[in-house]
Amino acid sequence: MADLKPVRTYLGMPLYRPKTAFFELSSCEGCQLQLLNNEASLLDFLSLLDIVNFREAMTEKSDEFEIAFIEGSVTRSDEVERLKEIRKTANTLVAFGSCACFGGVNQMKNRLGSEWVKKEVYGDHPVESGFARPLEDIVTVDLKIFGCPIKKKEVEKIIINIALGKAVVHPVYPVCMECKANENICLFDLGEPCLGPITRGGCDSWCPNSRFGCWGCRGPADDANIDQLREIMKKHGFSEETLRDRLECFGGFSKYTEAFRKNPEKKKEGK
Amino acid sequence: MKITTNINIHHLARVEGHGNIRIKIQDGRLQEAKWEIVETPRFFEALLVGKKWENAPWICGRICGICSIGHTLASIRAIENAFGIVPTNQTRKLRLLLKHMETLQSHILHLYFLSAPDFLGTGSVFPLMESQPDVVRRAVRIKQLANDICDCIGGRRIHPTRTIVGGFTMLPEKKELEAFRSRLKEITGDLLITAELFQTFHIPDFTRETEFVSLKGDSEYPFIGGDLISTDGVTKKEQEYRQMTNEYCVDQSTSKWARLSRKSFAVGALARLNNNFSFLHPAAREIADRFSLKPVNHNPFMNNIAQLVESVHVVNESLALVDEILDSAWEEPKQTVTPQSGVGVGAVEVPRGILYHCYEFNDTGHILKCDCVIPTSQNHANIQFDLEELAAHYAKTGKQDREIELLAQMLVRAYDPCISCSVH
Repeated sequence: MADLKPVRTYLGMPLYRPKTAFFELSSCEGCQLQLLNNEASLLDFLSLLDIVNFREAMTEKSDEFEIAFIEGSVTRSDEVERLKEIRKTANTLVAFGSCACFGGVNQMKNRLGSEWVKKEVYGDHPVESGFARPLEDIVTVDLKIFGCPIKKKEVEKIIINIALGKAVVHPVYPVCMECKANENICLFDLGEPCLGPITRGGCDSWCPNSRFGCWGCRGPADDANIDQLREIMKKHGFSEETLRDRLECFGGFSKYTEAFRKNPEKKKEGK
Repeated sequence: MKITTNINIHHLARVEGHGNIRIKIQDGRLQEAKWEIVETPRFFEALLVGKKWENAPWICGRICGICSIGHTLASIRAIENAFGIVPTNQTRKLRLLLKHMETLQSHILHLYFLSAPDFLGTGSVFPLMESQPDVVRRAVRIKQLANDICDCIGGRRIHPTRTIVGGFTMLPEKKELEAFRSRLKEITGDLLITAELFQTFHIPDFTRETEFVSLKGDSEYPFIGGDLISTDGVTKKEQEYRQMTNEYCVDQSTSKWARLSRKSFAVGALARLNNNFSFLHPAAREIADRFSLKPVNHNPFMNNIAQLVESVHVVNESLALVDEILDSAWEEPKQTVTPQSGVGVGAVEVPRGILYHCYEFNDTGHILKCDCVIPTSQNHANIQFDLEELAAHYAKTGKQDREIELLAQMLVRAYDPCISCSVH
């Protein structure tokens, strides 16, 4: 395990530790937990940042921070206000995980309409909840970290880049490339559906490594060719529904799933 | 001196999710004590309607970041029960081992990172990294082992990838399991030192009689499936879970509340232990004895100790499970799944208490209805009534407002609430 060093150095110079805050909107808090969860590098990781807000782990809090990591999607008016407040303070606002980037699994309810879902779960008891939206529908997002959940190693790399003032660049190639490089048996050859050919890489083909087909949690790769994937799926005997379920799951492919289902509310809001 | 105070804690820290505590005391008399849940609902039970069965475990695991393995297993069990699939012994053992390691990582996260700072007088675990690095290193070591085993069996620690209806997508390497055996043995020592640490803490002496609900052990301490039991003498079948939970809506909470024989009941480590004490591993019993913890214990703060006792139990049982798995030859990892119409219920003891998933399917395996009853939603009413009694009691005995505020927070934390999970 890492030694407890208060300050990291880079080329002999002490590394600047940015004041960092973590916040969560509608989410499972799993992405924040990922940070506490990779024990081998936890203490090392913490030495990179000056964490001033992390409600899941600490009582102290501060309104002064430079970087805000925000997990979760926006579903209620108080979250809109909170998000705008955070934006006022943060120099760098990071959409942390698929819910913040795309709406995540929460946006699956959008296809059904808010009134029906409220009635289904709460009956006549009044509850406020609207369309599940990604952060960028409300505020400017400086950086997106994809994944459900996020991958700690990737986050560490990104944070080191932020601390050094380097640009953060996401892979443009799909998960499929990483899966091939990992010498996995192709999921299609195992009789399983997979979105690996169209989903943005960077996860090191996390799910396919476990012989579990990709569900597209990181959204589309650059130049994702959905029509080609539809052909591959068809050739292997998978239904249009199987493809749709996966494209709809995390919200990253919403511009493609519109073609499958028209959302009445989304239309109303003019988005 | 009779105190007058207004305690207002917005978004309580060191718990999962968003809850507020409000307490008003006037001249030493309690005016109001409230446990409010302001978490935004995500509507998992609605968003699955119309989707095929295979979506459910993958999506429902995302109800919770801490106990995603438990949710995935409850979802899988509900589907297997609906489709008439009986898991093989191999699958059962691997699932239980995976479950045990989630229990261990969650309990250790709660005991060291969320709960211990209150007893050690710090705001978080972070200052302890400098003042008591050995304590933090120990916590990290135990949690890491638990998570490493979850990675090995489930594919990853959060939102697992290998756990599917019918079994597993692939199996761990036996040499990996072999390596975990020695690490599990080492951890038993770490847990003894953890017990010594908690023996130095002053656990508040507060009791309020309530009912405790959990799975009912047959021949062993129960975690996955089986009958349901309460300390007030109620027993039900797994598929009758609605008669055990009786959920209803309240204004102060976006999570539903639950009740059984009284106005509230509790689930979790203390509830499991109160109902199944005789099935604990002897090493776990020994830890319980050190803290004079025996059934039926009505002190909610003892849930911390019950988690510690369970940690010892699951590590010892995991050692035996690893041996059993290593002693047998690998069978096929998964069975074929044929959907059929019907209703299936899966009850699983997750770290914070008993969790139920229930789905109704049509004959093509599409979901018609979905219901998930979360441990923390079953605990909210009990927390509310505990909070009232605790605040009234300590206001009367002349405790200072700061002390009452701390005790109120510690009380809620003792339940290890998973609030976003409870609202789902």
